[in-house]
Amino acid sequence: MFPKGTKRKFSDSGDEPPAGSDDVNQPSSAAVRMLSSYSLQRQSLLDMSLIKLQLCHMLVEPNLCRSVLIANTVRQIQEEMTQDGTWQIMTQALSAANAAAQCSADRLVATEVLCRQTEAAQGEPAPKPFPAVGSEGCSAEEVVVVEEEDEGVEGGVIMSTVSPQAPTAYLPSTFGIDPCWEEETGEEEDEDEDSEECASGSEEGDNDRLVEDSRTAEQVFGTFEIKNPAPSPDPALEELFSDVDASYYDLDTVLTGMQSAPKMGPYDLLESLSSHGPSPLSSSTSCRSDLNELDHIMEIIVGS
Amino acid sequence: MYLTQVLDADIISTVEFNYSGELLATGDKGGRVVIFQREQESKNRPHSRGEYNVYSTFQSHEPEFDYLKSLEIEEKINKIRWLPQQNAAHSLLSTNDKTIKLWKISERDKRAEGYNLKDEDGRLRDPFRITSLRVPVLMPMDLMVEASPRRIFANAHTYHINSISVNSDHETYLSADDLRINLWHLEITDRSFNIVDIKPANMEELTEVITAAECHPHQCNVFVYSSSKGTIRLCDMRAAALCDRQSKFFEEPEDPSSRSFFSEIISSISDVKFSHSGRYMMTRDYLSVKVWDLNMENRPVETYQVHEYLRSKLCSLYENDCIFDKFECCWNGSDSAIMTGSYNNFFRMFDRNTRRDITLEASRENSKPRAVLKPRKVSTGGKRKKDEISVDSLDFNKKILHTAWHPKENVIAVAATNNLYIFQDKIN
Repeated sequence: MFPKGTKRKFSDSGDEPPAGSDDVNQPSSAAVRMLSSYSLQRQSLLDMSLIKLQLCHMLVEPNLCRSVLIANTVRQIQEEMTQDGTWQIMTQALSAANAAAQCSADRLVATEVLCRQTEAAQGEPAPKPFPAVGSEGCSAEEVVVVEEEDEGVEGGVIMSTVSPQAPTAYLPSTFGIDPCWEEETGEEEDEDEDSEECASGSEEGDNDRLVEDSRTAEQVFGTFEIKNPAPSPDPALEELFSDVDASYYDLDTVLTGMQSAPKMGPYDLLESLSSHGPSPLSSSTSCRSDLNELDHIMEIIVGS
Repeated sequence: MYLTQVLDADIISTVEFNYSGELLATGDKGGRVVIFQREQESKNRPHSRGEYNVYSTFQSHEPEFDYLKSLEIEEKINKIRWLPQQNAAHSLLSTNDKTIKLWKISERDKRAEGYNLKDEDGRLRDPFRITSLRVPVLMPMDLMVEASPRRIFANAHTYHINSISVNSDHETYLSADDLRINLWHLEITDRSFNIVDIKPANMEELTEVITAAECHPHQCNVFVYSSSKGTIRLCDMRAAALCDRQSKFFEEPEDPSSRSFFSEIISSISDVKFSHSGRYMMTRDYLSVKVWDLNMENRPVETYQVHEYLRSKLCSLYENDCIFDKFECCWNGSDSAIMTGSYNNFFRMFDRNTRRDITLEASRENSKPRAVLKPRKVSTGGKRKKDEISVDSLDFNKKILHTAWHPKENVIAVAATNNLYIFQDKIN
């Protein structure tokens, strides 16, 4: 029931056991194993939920009830992980990984394996055609446009191409909560402006896109830490990231391609995106500098 | 129960009998409404109940495009509710995600013949040729059933409409979307009153949505709405213009031993229905159906497990999104039995008095017309008896979400994806 890829991911982070066992103080190895199995399951559920939030209907408004239920599940897991201390460990591991600039391919592969397993598992009890009955219970794994907002928070999926594995899991999708709902309230906003922005930007430099992603991270974490409010974002950062990215249209076309090939995981998305515009991964220097920026932001948010 | 009819359709999204049970309306994913009418019982075959034949088909809603949000608005009919019949014509409300329409279905079985100014085929007659006047007469013609949209109630819902319910005063009705409930007058389309609004000021704080709403069958000031957190609120419209504070709050305390990450999702109520008596209401969540006494808020009076064997499969069902399926439920005419759907084209009926339950299957292969339906069983333990089906071989694509029970007789309509099954009891 649980994807095999999870184990590999766990060893990648490689940091769970010491703190985990300190917390729990269990002498027997069986108990530890049970605990880590529970953590594994919880982690896998979290990843699955975030992916679900990320993928909404392309053309039709996403089902608000479903989004709310998934978001509540994610929040629940996050709260529990925060209590465990696991959440802090994750984010610290994240920063450590950033510093080492390990945006290596094997991490992304792990994600891809996880997603592929997820899709394969999904295939068993409910083989396609799912969209046929998807009107009642949302279609799974249909890729979406995550609607833009006035603030220009977008490119969440692009985040996955450059960040190490954990942020891949968390950031784009939690970010996905806001726009999926916020668009509903857009009745008073000038939506024409948004669509113009969307349409105009086709070729954008990597830096702009990655800058967007960093800003996204900040907002996402802000959303998520309702109980432990993040320190208010640095105004200098806000200025720095005030550019609005209009590569949304690009994302649309990429995701349209994904819809017809549902077996693609985020790793394939990475490839499509890199073929689409200037490849973010090819220039490792820009990657590293942006990861440093991400690292910087994360430090501010996590508050050490 | 006997299977009497299987009818082909597009993917059915709602099923509803009218007040007399003579008409059965279905709405589908393509925005069409198909109305079936029961045959009059023929005198030479007294033991066979009337069959349902197509009476009228019309396109109720078309796909639309919201230009402001760059999103399509699906034409799928979410709900149909009949209005009480006031004259020879029949009226119903049908709704998609955004717009509610009132349709009038009328019969025409006569036409006028013998016009003075035009021929029978419609050509104008030469006025100089007319030498005498005649009075047109009404001649019988083949029955024609016409459906015409009489009212269109639009632009009142930002979110997706999930319920409509006609009030017992027969003048007003309510419509509910994910965050708001509006009250309409059937004659007025340019105005509606917002009576419930649970939208938070900051959408990031949204944790609960409205999942269903219904008017009380007798008290025109009372209605209920259910939420995604498994709660039901009963509101009295006399208390305030905006019914944000409920008069009654129904919630069953959670069983701490069965708590999991999926607890909230499976507690989300997908349907709420008042009993015909108005004394009880029934709610459907993912695994069970609960009957509530309106006078007791802290727990339901009856709980029926629909497919408890799925509890150990919740993670898989979450993965493939089946956990978000919205099953409906319905009462029989006397409130003695309730029915709801499940997977593998199974549906379940519970007798409230005898506490007996039965699982039946809606499928062409497994039941010949006029043959008695065989009860089904899903094996939960390790050993699978003959004729039982194991949980792992259930087809989760075949889900029965919509069922309806005739208001007076033991006739049920079951929608299995794109087939409509009609089952009847035989006369003793």
